[in-house]
Amino acid sequence: MTAYFEVKNITIKFGGLTAVDNVSFDIAEGEIFTIIGPNGAGKTTLFNLISRLYTPNAGHIIFRGEDVTKLSAQQIAGRGIARTFQNIELFESASTLQNLLVGRHRHSTTSTWQDILRLKKVRDEEVAHRRAVEEVMDVLRLQKYRDTPIGGLPYGVRKVVEVARALCVGPSLLLLDEPSSGLNVEETDAMAEWILEINNRLGVTVLMVEHDMSLVSRVSDRVLALNYGRAMALGTSEEVQSHPDVVAAYLGA
Amino acid sequence: MSAHVKTSYQQSEQLFPSRAAAFWYAILTAVMIAAPFVIEPYYLSQLVFVLIYAIVGIAMNILSGQAGQVSIGHAAFLAIGAYTAAISAKYGIPLPVYLVLAGAFTGLIGYLVGLPALRLHGIYLAIATLAFAFIVEEVITRWEHVTNGNEGLMLPPPALFGLKLGPYGFFYLCLGVTVLVILAAINIIRSPTGRAFLAIRDSETAARSMGIDTARYKTTAFAISAAITGTAGVLYAHKLSYISPEMFSLSVSIDFVMIIIIGGMLSLRGAVFGAIFMIMVDPMLIVVKDKVPQMTEAAMQAIHLAEPVARTIQAGVVRVVGAPGLKSLIFGLIIILFIIFEPMGLDGRWSRVKAYFRQFPLYRPTSARAQRMFLKSERNR
Repeated sequence: MTAYFEVKNITIKFGGLTAVDNVSFDIAEGEIFTIIGPNGAGKTTLFNLISRLYTPNAGHIIFRGEDVTKLSAQQIAGRGIARTFQNIELFESASTLQNLLVGRHRHSTTSTWQDILRLKKVRDEEVAHRRAVEEVMDVLRLQKYRDTPIGGLPYGVRKVVEVARALCVGPSLLLLDEPSSGLNVEETDAMAEWILEINNRLGVTVLMVEHDMSLVSRVSDRVLALNYGRAMALGTSEEVQSHPDVVAAYLGA
Repeated sequence: MSAHVKTSYQQSEQLFPSRAAAFWYAILTAVMIAAPFVIEPYYLSQLVFVLIYAIVGIAMNILSGQAGQVSIGHAAFLAIGAYTAAISAKYGIPLPVYLVLAGAFTGLIGYLVGLPALRLHGIYLAIATLAFAFIVEEVITRWEHVTNGNEGLMLPPPALFGLKLGPYGFFYLCLGVTVLVILAAINIIRSPTGRAFLAIRDSETAARSMGIDTARYKTTAFAISAAITGTAGVLYAHKLSYISPEMFSLSVSIDFVMIIIIGGMLSLRGAVFGAIFMIMVDPMLIVVKDKVPQMTEAAMQAIHLAEPVARTIQAGVVRVVGAPGLKSLIFGLIIILFIIFEPMGLDGRWSRVKAYFRQFPLYRPTSARAQRMFLKSERNR
């Protein structure tokens, strides 16, 4: 049986620097899988490889038995893989509602011509999109920010909006790049709850990069530690945290 | 103070946000329909130019305001539309046919121009569109047996289904086209296509990760914008009844960019405001040229200034208001002032005035701050 999601011997080089070096791992459906590692370990690069913003020099990414290494970034979303960004890439001049509706893009089947004429099909789909978006807003409690432009929202809320937008894609696999960065203690706590809720209630498999170890141990089923682009340790949160190489990498011993 | 609460998703489908808005738009429509019978022919003619510029403004809004792609070559699309009209008319093709034909053909050219946009950003794209405009101008000048070169082409008076359109009829034709273009633009903006545009404008990386085919939507934005401009070109050609290559120079393209800078990038209303402003500058300047010397003379007489000094000042004033570059100077100044003080354009000002009255007496000038902030932080360069 093939794994739900599998990364095989993936490598990417930027000039002389090997940012990700022969990394392999697999994720089971319904799992929360976390990648940790010191700064510059190649975590975000690995994310960009998976969401196809970068093209690997070697190796394969297999999702549900399909090799997605050769697909483009926009096709990846069509397969049901959605992501958030470490530094927040929201559509800043648009409202929260519009941002989430963009997330629904892969579910719209109307052509530009039909859009211009606003045919009944377009109107029906709009209502369906709206309903789906409101459901996500209910889960993440974003209703009161519905019509606020992103530029006017505090950082913590933007982080949540980004997760919401990724959920609107209707993903089977959700990639979260440092969901807790820039959040205070309460917000991090709420984020942990939401990650668990997204995983349990919506049945979404989660792959995340995270620094906050309390969040990592609270939500993760398995953890992969990277250093200098190489996989250092793989296992449960406790196993990885007590692994001698990981301790050495973090404490510099 | 009033609040408008939506109670169903279908309500977002309504064209007008509230009954009051529908009422005011109905008044506006009535005023526009009555206009030819009320205003002088000169102003009716200016109003036709306002409508044509508004159509182009909407085309610019879709491309630059919505999709975030720069173009300083839109005069070329206007030229392609205008020449399609003139040449079609020469072969006896009826107006409704070439109105559509010009739109479709210019749209196709726009699609082709959009292809380099896939690789170019910001200033580089601006230069590419500028180069395109020069190429079109050059082709029109040189391709003499089709375009008649520098001698230009005459157009027959516009006729619809065998009926000659007078100034009134032509005004209504322009009005009808403008309304249709505005409706189409509204539909685009509130549809998945429009949201794909805004996604590309604000963050291309995120747009791709949301499954948006950025290449497809960029070329679509160019095609739609060009098609609308081409349609405006048909009306423009008929309005002037004579076209020649130098009417579609760089300065016309710059005028079009100014429409949306002055009016406001992000809204269709801004495009219309900008068009009104651009067309009204000329009559205003004429008034200024007439009145300012008289006024200074009167002022100097009032303060009993010595004769030689007064004459020097008077001559200076006449020289300044009569200077040939005055219009460009004023335009340049206006652009700079708008970018610094009113990045949301006339539409931003309008929204704030409206907010002031709606929230009176609770309105605080600082409530507009956030609006300004988000425009500054956007990556629309």
